[in-house]
Amino acid sequence: MSIEAHSIRKKFGTYTALDGVDLNVPQGKLVALLGPSGSGKTTLLRIIAGLEFPDLGSGRVLFHGDDVTDLPAGRRKVGFVFQHYALFRHMSVFENVAFGLRVRRRRDRPSSAAIAERAHRLLELVQLDGLAGRFPSQLSGGERQRVALARALAVEPKVLLLDEPFGALDARVRKDLRRWLRRFHDEIQLTTIFVTHDQEEALEIADEVVIMNKAHVEQVGTPQQVYDKPASPFVYQFLGNVNVLRAPTLAGARRRSGGGEASPDGQIYVRPHDIELTPHDAGGSGLSAIVRHIHAAGPHARLLLEQVQTREHVEVEISRSELAALSLQANDLVRMRLRQTHSFDEDYAI
Amino acid sequence: MAPAVPAPHATRPPFGARPARSELPRATRDPAWARWALTGAALAFLAFFLVLPLVVVFAQAFSKGGAYFLAAIREPDALAAIRLTLLTVAIVVPANVVFGIAAAWAIAKFRFPGKSLLTTLIDLPFAVSPVISGLVYVLVFGAQGWLGPWLIAHNIRIIFAVPGIVLATAFVTFPFVARELIPLMQAQGTDEEYSAVTLGANGWQTFWRVTLPNIRWGLFYGVILCNARAMGEFGAVSVVSGHIRGETNTMPLHVEILYNEYNIAGAFAVASLLALLAIATLVIKSIVEWRQTRTA
Repeated sequence: MSIEAHSIRKKFGTYTALDGVDLNVPQGKLVALLGPSGSGKTTLLRIIAGLEFPDLGSGRVLFHGDDVTDLPAGRRKVGFVFQHYALFRHMSVFENVAFGLRVRRRRDRPSSAAIAERAHRLLELVQLDGLAGRFPSQLSGGERQRVALARALAVEPKVLLLDEPFGALDARVRKDLRRWLRRFHDEIQLTTIFVTHDQEEALEIADEVVIMNKAHVEQVGTPQQVYDKPASPFVYQFLGNVNVLRAPTLAGARRRSGGGEASPDGQIYVRPHDIELTPHDAGGSGLSAIVRHIHAAGPHARLLLEQVQTREHVEVEISRSELAALSLQANDLVRMRLRQTHSFDEDYAI
Repeated sequence: MAPAVPAPHATRPPFGARPARSELPRATRDPAWARWALTGAALAFLAFFLVLPLVVVFAQAFSKGGAYFLAAIREPDALAAIRLTLLTVAIVVPANVVFGIAAAWAIAKFRFPGKSLLTTLIDLPFAVSPVISGLVYVLVFGAQGWLGPWLIAHNIRIIFAVPGIVLATAFVTFPFVARELIPLMQAQGTDEEYSAVTLGANGWQTFWRVTLPNIRWGLFYGVILCNARAMGEFGAVSVVSGHIRGETNTMPLHVEILYNEYNIAGAFAVASLLALLAIATLVIKSIVEWRQTRTA
């Protein structure tokens, strides 16, 4: 089922959480709402779920073209997974999963045998069937998250909404679980929106990323689109490391082919891995810089350079073999050339 | 009198075995003399202030023999006092459970204007002397009070009658359930309720299947405290009761009357019933709690 939201506005007292936000999620896609905390992403998710309502007269939420703005959460057929799982602590895992079926009206309620069968099938799906009799407090964080997912799926939702699904897990489990979620989504093909503040997570598993900032949507696109063609300085900075350099000094440094045009006193954005280093005494174009620090632990070497002309600090990432070929030491002089740069109109100030 | 008992959620052990004392790190172990001294001091205090009075109550109650004890509590005025106390408790405790849950639910789970005012008002009965609480009702409902002439004209008796006693007791015991539930419900947050709602549960189902089971221990503890206080309330009830023997005397008032008439054994016989009721509620609480930890 597709999800649409049109010009959603939401204020909490004097604080504006959403200021005219539009969203369009096509059927069957896995979409990430990405943004820093306070950007409004969770509020938007809760409005889609029906746990919050947009300000009066401000906007509509459509499921598959049908207006559900005034429907309460229980009748929207959404599966919602909370950041802290929100499992019913006094119920076993099995009872948690069966809850959504047990509270149905008598004529819609499956027999208890059918409920049991369905609950066990869902627990199998999330690979937890052996733990049906446990209580939430006896499970690990990752297991609880999967129980919450099974519980949400029990009511046969048409869309799945996940609020920071991996936020409360440690880094290792988080990585495993997000890949599992991607495979899981490919299997069940349910339109899914998840909220995250982790750009790596969003770029890795989402079909489409919606980047939010300060109650607005900044950009929508595939992970590659938003990474390669950021629409604003905010997106550029949010999606990875970036150097911000003053433009005039770069006149001679940029290749003719690379990057956009900088406005005269605008700024140039360049990612650390888009900077090429050449030995200084080889001559040629490029900016002179002094190596201040070399950090070579990890798959890539990270260098901190100081541009000679402006004294601006620049972070550069090169492969370790390149570093070996240059045989650089701290305080050596190098030349740097910017392979790809971005600039934005000044109105886009962050 | 309910002795100080820690809140039930505090006494429930976490999952997994509690560490034996020998497994505790050395730094958290005190020297033997300190452990004995502290334990001894605590036990001596308990014996002196809680056990001794209890023993005295029962010793005095039976000082003139079992027959006298039975006669004292079978006497019609005593029976009337017991009936009135039980009636008051039967009205006040359920009412305060409903009010307490409603107030705690509203305060813990919703944002609304006037919330802090409501929180303060709930504490009012704790802050006000019970005698003043009773007096307030006399000033409102009494013959010389605001509503007095109207009530007399319609032949409704509140002061010096059962309704006044119920009102005064309800007022004094109002905070017990709400106070017990508010911090518990605030700590639990609203996510579980929201979950239930997204899973299609309606308001009642959410309350009965999710909220109530989560607060049952706090609620139970609040009910026990409320019940103990409702049975034992003296000051507020004394002001509105009028001390009419066999009609508006509750058990504590009856005890006072007997004591003032130098019927010490009779006074303590009725007092021992109050003590027994208190002990019984505590025993029930411990048993239910013990069973709960075993099944969890």
